[in-house]
Amino acid sequence: MSTTVTSTIGVDTDADLGSGAWRTIRSVLRQPSTIVGLVIVGLFVLSAVLSPVIAPYSVSQSSCKVFAPPSGKHWLGCDDGGIDVLSLVLHGGGVSMIVGVFATLICMIVGAGFGILSGYFGGWVDIVLMRITDYFLVIPQIVLMIVIAAVWGPNLSHVIVVIGALMWTGTARVVRAQVMSIRERAYVRRVEALGAGHLRIIAHHIIPQVGPLLAANAVLAMTVAIFNETALAFLGLSDPTAITWGTIMEHAFDRAAAGAGAWWAIAPAGVAVALFIVGCYLIGRSIEDALNPRLRVSYLSPRSWTLRPLVGRGPEAI
Amino acid sequence: MRGSGYVVRRIVFAVITIYVVLTLNFVLFRVLPGNAVTRISRVPNASPKLKHALEVQFGLDRPLWVQYGRYLDQLFHGNLGISYVNQRPVFDNLRDALQNTIPMVAIGTVLALVIGVAVGVLSAVRRGTVTDHASTNLAVLFYAFPTQFLGLMLLMMFAGVLPTAGMSDAFAINPSGWSHLVDIGKHMILPVATLVLTLYAENALIVRSAMLETLGEDFILTARAKGVPRRRIIRSYALRNAMLPTITLIALSLGSIVTGAILIEVIFSWPGIGRALYGAVLARDYPMLQGGFLVITITVVVLNLLADLLYARLDPRIRH
Repeated sequence: MSTTVTSTIGVDTDADLGSGAWRTIRSVLRQPSTIVGLVIVGLFVLSAVLSPVIAPYSVSQSSCKVFAPPSGKHWLGCDDGGIDVLSLVLHGGGVSMIVGVFATLICMIVGAGFGILSGYFGGWVDIVLMRITDYFLVIPQIVLMIVIAAVWGPNLSHVIVVIGALMWTGTARVVRAQVMSIRERAYVRRVEALGAGHLRIIAHHIIPQVGPLLAANAVLAMTVAIFNETALAFLGLSDPTAITWGTIMEHAFDRAAAGAGAWWAIAPAGVAVALFIVGCYLIGRSIEDALNPRLRVSYLSPRSWTLRPLVGRGPEAI
Repeated sequence: MRGSGYVVRRIVFAVITIYVVLTLNFVLFRVLPGNAVTRISRVPNASPKLKHALEVQFGLDRPLWVQYGRYLDQLFHGNLGISYVNQRPVFDNLRDALQNTIPMVAIGTVLALVIGVAVGVLSAVRRGTVTDHASTNLAVLFYAFPTQFLGLMLLMMFAGVLPTAGMSDAFAINPSGWSHLVDIGKHMILPVATLVLTLYAENALIVRSAMLETLGEDFILTARAKGVPRRRIIRSYALRNAMLPTITLIALSLGSIVTGAILIEVIFSWPGIGRALYGAVLARDYPMLQGGFLVITITVVVLNLLADLLYARLDPRIRH
């Protein structure tokens, strides 16, 4: 008897949720900034996937003079080893994105785990987990990243783990706040009263509800991960043999591209990072705004709506 | 009463955090892969005799808890160890480096704050106009540029016009007080400009959104209905309230200021804490790295505590 009722409620909320999620997606897609973001990110992903085919030159063999300026043959010039910069940036994009995706994955698993457990169970679990989160929020993460990466050794998988394991705090806090409010909703209380276990409630009612929020957070975490990778790489703590946007810049700096005035050895990778981050940012912002439309009202000059900045990282996001 | 409870809680938390950092600092350099002695000797296949001698010298033959106790004891006496590279006490190295970093970062942070607040308020008040779109999009772009990219571009643009390396002219003969100061100021322009470019954008975006949020509140509507002048609404009603979340967020980003400073110091060869840390990484100078991590972390924790307390003072609602 009770199982029937539980499943009915389950179906009910699932159907409701389905249309809710669909509404979110539609309202996200209606914003022009989403389209711009999707186009930018899409182009980058496409170029990274196709880089073996579309890269004009090999990235392991020199094809022109050292620090040759941009020309018809080499659109973005050449680096210190006479390697075509355009090919390097195309190749590096894929590796940078892989680092970003895996670091984000770690960040999402840890952050969502912390947030869900602490928001769902409350009490001591919440206190302990949130103190740990506070702690990670306060210490300067990049310095810890540098220290760990330096002690652990330069290796791409180390870089991924270090970045992912240190940037989940924002996610944990945002998810916790959301879970706390979902947990208090009547239907979750009802399902609980009907005897559903914690695991079932979390899996069927909590996780699907925080889905869109996690998606927004993941896209924004991507930007932080890629940023951190370039910073670590620049300090010589990434894998020296891997080609990423970060190591391209580090390499050029290391081999005195700046002194040679060879801006083309540095600028393309930096611009690629910036464009990719703007793309992710636009998408992430749009999802967050679809979830929280409150900010569209201003009583001083109620005109139109534009970008909202990255505020989700602080306690204000709660 | 409840207010002082909040203050006490924040201070206790900060103290606990610093203790955890101290412990982490001890553990981190012992649990991570790689034998401590191998790393200290920097000889992968050292003879057993050398290894043992090193173990005794660094007290690594003692039980872990004895080592921990000795480590804490040494710290309380201000002993952070000896740098492998220049054989000076780590404490002295770090103190000199911090003295060079603090003016640069402080000037950059304050400038970035002033510019960020101005731009953020302007675009929130003119929201939806060309001014708003232009300044917001520009801020997003600057926010997205990696620090090292901005630094290197500035370096190449102004090479030959402004000094691009170091803190002062190494070839100046007996610089007098004033000309020495001018020299340092000139050297500081590019690093500070880089810091401002990377920081102002984030501040502007934060202030803009906080302002928009405040402008959407009912008391603004009431003030408008009462006929309060626009300028006064912005300054006395909106900005005051919008500064609260701004302060917290800026406090939270103190950690990233440290990062920015590391990259900037590396690019412009600024002899500060960031470059000291970078040098320690390259030379695998573990005592330096350990000390640098400790000093930066404690600085950030203390600054965060101060920001928290300031925040609580400005907004009594916070003390829950």
